Amino acid sequence: MKKNQSWIDQRFPLSKVWNEHLAEYYTPRNFNFWYFFGGLAVLMLGMQLITGIFLTMYYKPDAANAFASVEYIMRDIEWGWLIRYLHSTGASAFFVIIYLHMFRALLYGSYKGPREFLWILGMLLYVLLAAEAFFGYVLPWGQMSFWGAQVIISLFGSVPVIGPDLLVWILGDYAVGDATLNRFFSLHVIVLPLLLVVLVFLHLVALHHVGSNNPDGIEIKENKDKDGIPKDGIPFHPYFTIKDSMVVVGFIWIMCAVIFYAPALNGYFLEHANFVEANPLKTPEHIAPVWYLTPFYSVLRAIPPMFGSQFPGVLAMFAAILIFFALPWLDRSPVKSIRYRSPIYKWALGIFVVSFVMLGWLGLKPVTPTYALLGRIATVLYFAYFILMPWYTSIGKTKEVPLRVTE
Amino acid sequence: MKSLKTLALVFSLSLLSLNGFAASKVHLDHADTDIMDRASLQNGAKLFMNYCSGCHAISFMRYNRIGSDLGLSDELIAQNLMFAGNKPGEPMVTAMPENAASKWFGGVPPDLSLVARSKGTDWIYTYLRSFYEDESRIFGVNNKVLVNASMPDALWSLRKDQSEAEFDNSVRDITNFLDYVGEPAKLIRLQLGKWVLLFLGVLFILVYMLKKEYWKDVKYGVWRRRD
Repeated sequence: MKKNQSWIDQRFPLSKVWNEHLAEYYTPRNFNFWYFFGGLAVLMLGMQLITGIFLTMYYKPDAANAFASVEYIMRDIEWGWLIRYLHSTGASAFFVIIYLHMFRALLYGSYKGPREFLWILGMLLYVLLAAEAFFGYVLPWGQMSFWGAQVIISLFGSVPVIGPDLLVWILGDYAVGDATLNRFFSLHVIVLPLLLVVLVFLHLVALHHVGSNNPDGIEIKENKDKDGIPKDGIPFHPYFTIKDSMVVVGFIWIMCAVIFYAPALNGYFLEHANFVEANPLKTPEHIAPVWYLTPFYSVLRAIPPMFGSQFPGVLAMFAAILIFFALPWLDRSPVKSIRYRSPIYKWALGIFVVSFVMLGWLGLKPVTPTYALLGRIATVLYFAYFILMPWYTSIGKTKEVPLRVTE
Repeated sequence: MKSLKTLALVFSLSLLSLNGFAASKVHLDHADTDIMDRASLQNGAKLFMNYCSGCHAISFMRYNRIGSDLGLSDELIAQNLMFAGNKPGEPMVTAMPENAASKWFGGVPPDLSLVARSKGTDWIYTYLRSFYEDESRIFGVNNKVLVNASMPDALWSLRKDQSEAEFDNSVRDITNFLDYVGEPAKLIRLQLGKWVLLFLGVLFILVYMLKKEYWKDVKYGVWRRRD
């Protein structure tokens, strides 16, 4: 072994890291469709960083020039349109991937012990990603950038006592303006990307320490052969590097189909009103966030003002996100995977998915009495999934979990 | 798999049920434009420059970009499309002074660079065909799509000289041109897209076959022999 050690290995643990995290990192061999999305999320992070570098070269974070500079990228920069669409469609694709990645955790109980900390790091990543996307959407300085920022930031003004001062502190001005745009640009291109990269690194460290969960929810480390290798594990490299390469090509195919044929996806990925430059004197008819934040926007709108303040709604909106952090301690079920869960859990998860999609859909629509009622029902169902979880996961008959993974 | 299919169904249904553009109170006719129809774009450019550009800028667009995209030389562009004495590389602004515009129309006529992206082609197509006489308005006309629009019926002389079908085609060409102006890259991406997808499709098949080959080891449980 010593004979083979390269110059670099004597100075840096290259082979050690390679082996521990790729060539001898044993991964459950029964990964299915739902396990595509972790790798794809890393791909998207890389894609957003690289396209972001090029966009930053031409974009002007200045209220007077921002909108025109985006159009300059779209028209006068060689391949600027492609870089911009990769970034803007990429943001939506990133959230599609993250939501499916999170749903996988709900399906197979990936947040349960010993992966609680892994889950918390993942949730932190989700919150930071939502902030990153929000700041990013302000930068093109269209009508929806401006008014979306106006609506979301004004929520902080509803905080009792310190609200008005907090608002000015966030905006850097008394209204959304040039100062706001400049600081959001700074946060979008430096602070949040740095935090995201660091947290992704920690997320992977935690994952490789506890090992991956799998569709059967079995700990493969509990069943090793005489060499100490999990019987149901296969080395990540080359098996999953090659499989993930296939997934990456398939995913880029879908993404390119959107970018080349419907980059704005009929107003879902780039809202129509955002092709009008920000105008503080002209409120758009209908203000809605981009689709990936609408479920929480719906929760906000579902709660009526109390004591003349919007603050309860704001609390509910943040609670809707933060309650995910408590998931590992709310789930009392003895099994992890949906395959062996009780029927009542399957119902609960199904209702949760419907309520989440419903909230997302409602968040895109203007409020009518019917939609307001639907929004409230969906909000109640959304929270019920979490609040009733200790009860419904401790009753109901679970199936017997096999010792080894199934095909 | 069943849950996956249900989920996909719910998502696609919710996508279908929404209209991307803000719901309009009036019915919009389908513009049915084809951005790949170069003759239509050229005619649209000619009509736009003759009937619209006096008041409306398309300032994110440059004269020579239209030339290179629509197959027109700098000389042709200079003779037929550049009325304000600009250079071919300049943005297509309007010659009308802003304060005069405000005085005449009560506001500066909007820049139309991105109108096709914010309003949609159906809106433009229907709007331009929806002027009707209304003595109560300052220009003697009103519009069914944009009620009390402060724009005169700029195409009235065209409407007078053409049959209804011909006029619809003229408006369709202007709409098509504005769609192109909204996103000149659309010409490239629509042409390039199929080749990108074809390449990725072939690459996918190759990587899939490679994956199959590697995973044979896993299937037969002999992966460790590879070491």
